[in-house]
Amino acid sequence: MIRIEARPQPSAVMAYATPVLAVVLTMIFGGVLFAALGKDPLQAIATIFWEPLFGEFAFFYRPQLLIKGAPLVLIAIGLALGFRAGIWNIGAEGQYIVGAICGAGAGLAFYPTESVLIFPLMVLAGALGGWAWAMIPAVLKVKFGTNEILVSLMLVYVAEQLLASMSLGLLKNPEGFGFPGSRNLQQYPSAHNAEIISGTGMHWGVVAALIAVIFAYVLLTRHRLGFAIRVTGEAPRAAKFGGVNPGRLVLFCLGMSGLLAGLAGMFEVAGPAGQISIDFNVGYGFTAIIVAFLGRLNPLGIVAAGLLMALTYIGGDIAQSQLGLPAAAIQVFQGMLLFFLLALDVMTNYRVRFGRVEVA
Amino acid sequence: MKFTTLVASAALALGLAGGALADDPTKVGFVYVGPVGDGGWTYEHDQGRQAVEAEFGDAVETVFVENVAEGPDAERVMTQMALDGADLIFTTSFGFMDPTINVAAKFPNVKFEHATGYKRADNVSTYSARFYEGRAVQGHIAGKMTESNIIGYIASFPIPEVIRGINSAYLHASKVNPDVEFKIIWVYTWFDPAKEADAAKALIDQGADVVLQHTDSTAPQAAAQEAGNVMTFGQASDMAQYAPYPRVSSIIDNWAPYYVERTRAVMEGTWESVDTWDGIPTGMVEIGEITDAVPAEVKAEAEAMIEAMRTGEYHPFTGPINKQDGSAWLAEGEVADDGTLAGMNFYIEGVDGDIPQ
Repeated sequence: MIRIEARPQPSAVMAYATPVLAVVLTMIFGGVLFAALGKDPLQAIATIFWEPLFGEFAFFYRPQLLIKGAPLVLIAIGLALGFRAGIWNIGAEGQYIVGAICGAGAGLAFYPTESVLIFPLMVLAGALGGWAWAMIPAVLKVKFGTNEILVSLMLVYVAEQLLASMSLGLLKNPEGFGFPGSRNLQQYPSAHNAEIISGTGMHWGVVAALIAVIFAYVLLTRHRLGFAIRVTGEAPRAAKFGGVNPGRLVLFCLGMSGLLAGLAGMFEVAGPAGQISIDFNVGYGFTAIIVAFLGRLNPLGIVAAGLLMALTYIGGDIAQSQLGLPAAAIQVFQGMLLFFLLALDVMTNYRVRFGRVEVA
Repeated sequence: MKFTTLVASAALALGLAGGALADDPTKVGFVYVGPVGDGGWTYEHDQGRQAVEAEFGDAVETVFVENVAEGPDAERVMTQMALDGADLIFTTSFGFMDPTINVAAKFPNVKFEHATGYKRADNVSTYSARFYEGRAVQGHIAGKMTESNIIGYIASFPIPEVIRGINSAYLHASKVNPDVEFKIIWVYTWFDPAKEADAAKALIDQGADVVLQHTDSTAPQAAAQEAGNVMTFGQASDMAQYAPYPRVSSIIDNWAPYYVERTRAVMEGTWESVDTWDGIPTGMVEIGEITDAVPAEVKAEAEAMIEAMRTGEYHPFTGPINKQDGSAWLAEGEVADDGTLAGMNFYIEGVDGDIPQ
């Protein structure tokens, strides 16, 4: 008979093996799904995973991986800090929106003045905006013990309304014939988050993401605060006895993840997206939650996970257009990835035993 | 400059390949903002795509990507289609405007068609439909049919197209029923069945017995059906599954003739950048069957109005019309010019409330 029993220690091997296994299983079951839709499964999977990296037009898709992956990594890094400590910021999407509004607003306030100071100011405003939006659930939690999951999530919808209001009112392009949406920052050189080297996809948001990864890695492995975060997540009581102030940790983790999400929004609006519009946010804040877990809440893992998610988006769109796969099938495919990962997580803490139960 | 060079050389290589293989099918790409199964906006664009396939058979190849987010995703999908050798690309949402212009600049030999926008280039045309002509018909029927004199309106975004629709419907409803009152709910979405259903229920609770919608799902139709005594109109698509009641008529976006004509222009090499704004006369806007739930006399009046618009005899915005604040807009017999209509950002006299900012 088959039994599942708890491991005395979580398995280190399985912790690293499960993401790989999840990807393999997703490919297998995704292939079955594509075959059921009447498409060649091998070709479909090759289109999604191979085409963007090594296909004929890889010179275009590889930089796109950075453009799509950078905001995911930037947000996921911040979320992972909190998740490690058991502090659940589900509202990164809202912080991303507010960061974009503040960043774009700071730039547009000076339009059409050209100055090298404008872009740094926008970065600052974006970071502050995201931070401030995240401080709402943080302060409410510390002062009144509210649930940060609910408060941060609900604030996403508030942020969406704010975004619509900004697109239609304060930030609306005065030369836009009454249509919603701000001026395009791509056409405002001082505010444009352009590619640092043309054709590489490397914009300041990518640089910020890399800095955040290094910073988070050092923080978690070498710094006292990182230790406090890990202990709080793994053994809250021990952390308390060890002198960790839980309130300050909440403020730090939510504030940091809000700040990074705000930065991601700011770099996105000033660069690839170009303008504040009603549908500016496309779900990076929620996808980043998947990325954070797919990357095992580990900064380096998050980089890999962010690039993998970006790859499935880009490859998925190629598969839609070249093979006529429906968008829903691609979404199911991405959903499978998270499902298998979470399902296989059981293997980290439990093991399967075959054979008879020994009666002592 | 590396990217531009690469794209240019890729485009050149494709161009040469295209020249060498003159019998290659013309490739037409479609970028959709929603799912093709939305039953409204994107569904009708996809009907247009299928009409192109039906018309030209093996001489064309069509590709599409659905659920494309505005911004960098749209830009990537368009670039990908162009790299894959598309000759003509239709981008079917207002939010695709700047991405379309950006990509078009990189691929001067590919033709682009952007729906509902206002930015053009040598290889970018724009096209839209005069939906407000259909709203005039709806307003007329709604004004005649309402008993509570309260007409509900589910509005998407406060942009000129939607405001035009509200004004046109109100103008023609109040013409036949001076006591009529519009209750407007802004849902800030084009397609969200849950939000649309909530809005419809709220309007019905406030006494509306006719609900007009400028959103694309059939959820308001379902809500009206449940309420039992509420009349609706199909939006973007016929929504005939709710006929004969609550859905008594509809505005149908018929893109097929335009898509076929523009594809033919590319095949024959006669394509030029134009701005098209067509309505009932060319069939881009169609009025779905007016069901028997509407009395024969009202139906006849509505059909006469459609016919008058078809022949160009009647323009829905014909003076005298005042703005909401009472100032004069159009004098007796004066017809609104397209510029004002395209950027319409004010209510006409009699509409309650403010346009959200």
